[in-house]
Amino acid sequence: VRVTFWGTRGSIATPGQETVTFGGDTSCVAITGLDPGHLVILDAGTGLRRLGTQTPTRIERIDLLLSHLHLDHIIGLGFFEPLFRPDLAITIWAPPSGVPLLERLGRYLSPPLFPVRLRDLSCELRLCDALEEPVVRGEFTITAASIIHPDTAVGYRIEAGDQVVAYLPDHEPALSPAFPRLRPWTSGAAVASEADLLIHDAQYGPDEYQEHVGWGHSSVTDAVAFADLVGARMLALFHHDPSHDDEAVERLEREARATSRGVQVVAARQGATLTLGQ
Amino acid sequence: MGTATTHVGACHRTRRWRILPPMAQQPVELILVRHLASRLAVPVFVVDPSGDLVYFNEPAERVLGRRYDAIRFMPFEEWTTAFVPAAAGRTLAVEELPLVVALRKAIPAHSRFDIISGDRVRRTIEVTAFPIIAPTERLLGAVAMFWETDER
Repeated sequence: VRVTFWGTRGSIATPGQETVTFGGDTSCVAITGLDPGHLVILDAGTGLRRLGTQTPTRIERIDLLLSHLHLDHIIGLGFFEPLFRPDLAITIWAPPSGVPLLERLGRYLSPPLFPVRLRDLSCELRLCDALEEPVVRGEFTITAASIIHPDTAVGYRIEAGDQVVAYLPDHEPALSPAFPRLRPWTSGAAVASEADLLIHDAQYGPDEYQEHVGWGHSSVTDAVAFADLVGARMLALFHHDPSHDDEAVERLEREARATSRGVQVVAARQGATLTLGQ
Repeated sequence: MGTATTHVGACHRTRRWRILPPMAQQPVELILVRHLASRLAVPVFVVDPSGDLVYFNEPAERVLGRRYDAIRFMPFEEWTTAFVPAAAGRTLAVEELPLVVALRKAIPAHSRFDIISGDRVRRTIEVTAFPIIAPTERLLGAVAMFWETDER
């Protein structure tokens, strides 16, 4: 299983010299397995545009899993070239709501915000609710779970063979009771349980978090505490704050490592690929 | 251009079901309800879809006469009868309790009745209960808030 980070930034894209190491594109992660024709994509931030330009023509099926519909997680959709390929079958998964996904996504993918409508895309497009029952997509078994973040948001658990990737890019588990002690009462604990790679919100430093309680994001130290609680093997700090330059992210990565009780900690870098199961 | 775009409830029918990850976790909606309840001055009960009491806050501990941390769970059969709920001179049936109505009918419910609380004192309380229903329309449990009243 190969996991590639195409966008690691939270909230808004931050291109520039100060973010060249960890990247300035917003959330987008690609997962590939043994099937060269199948691609799983986590979120559609600005990183999705570049991924689209480099998606091999051998790809026949894409499952695009949206954690939620905040703009930094869907803004890349309109610029994703594969959506305009008639030979491609693309399924977009998103948290369930009383409003159909077609209508919710259509608020962005329609004038006046965008010139192209969803119905004008030429791929074979399906829109599905990401429910909490596992679904098998090729070699991947995908489970969604509602997690703490303003508006409806889910985390994903992607299993392939004996490898597990958990993706909770926007998540504030610290609002769970007695965090981080009560695993059954901790948001996201089941979907992230024993993950080989946990990609988790780490937007703030511990001091910054105190000014942002309830905003739906985590400090790096809470991300580590969550990872240790659920028994993750590797934690990728993700959703870097747009105000953090590379130096700040490196400092937070060091702080996070210092609090780990066992989980291996890295700060997600745009362009980096992690290979699991080796 | 213009291939049909479908919003697929139907796609879920082709799923192959598997057992959830090997670790139980309360739904995030109940986690948030507990988070709120732990900060309220009024007693709050939270039950799961089976009706078992999975959380009560500190003010509720005074009514129950038990500490949450000491028991953390109370089966449906126990909490529905422990307080001998009564009104108009008769013991209430379980299905008359607002929390049970909220859970079984998935509607809000309110009523006033007497209980014998954990300190063995008979008190008159008013209870408002409501179901917790996820965006998927799955019933996740129910919540009851109650107030002691002087009226008999």
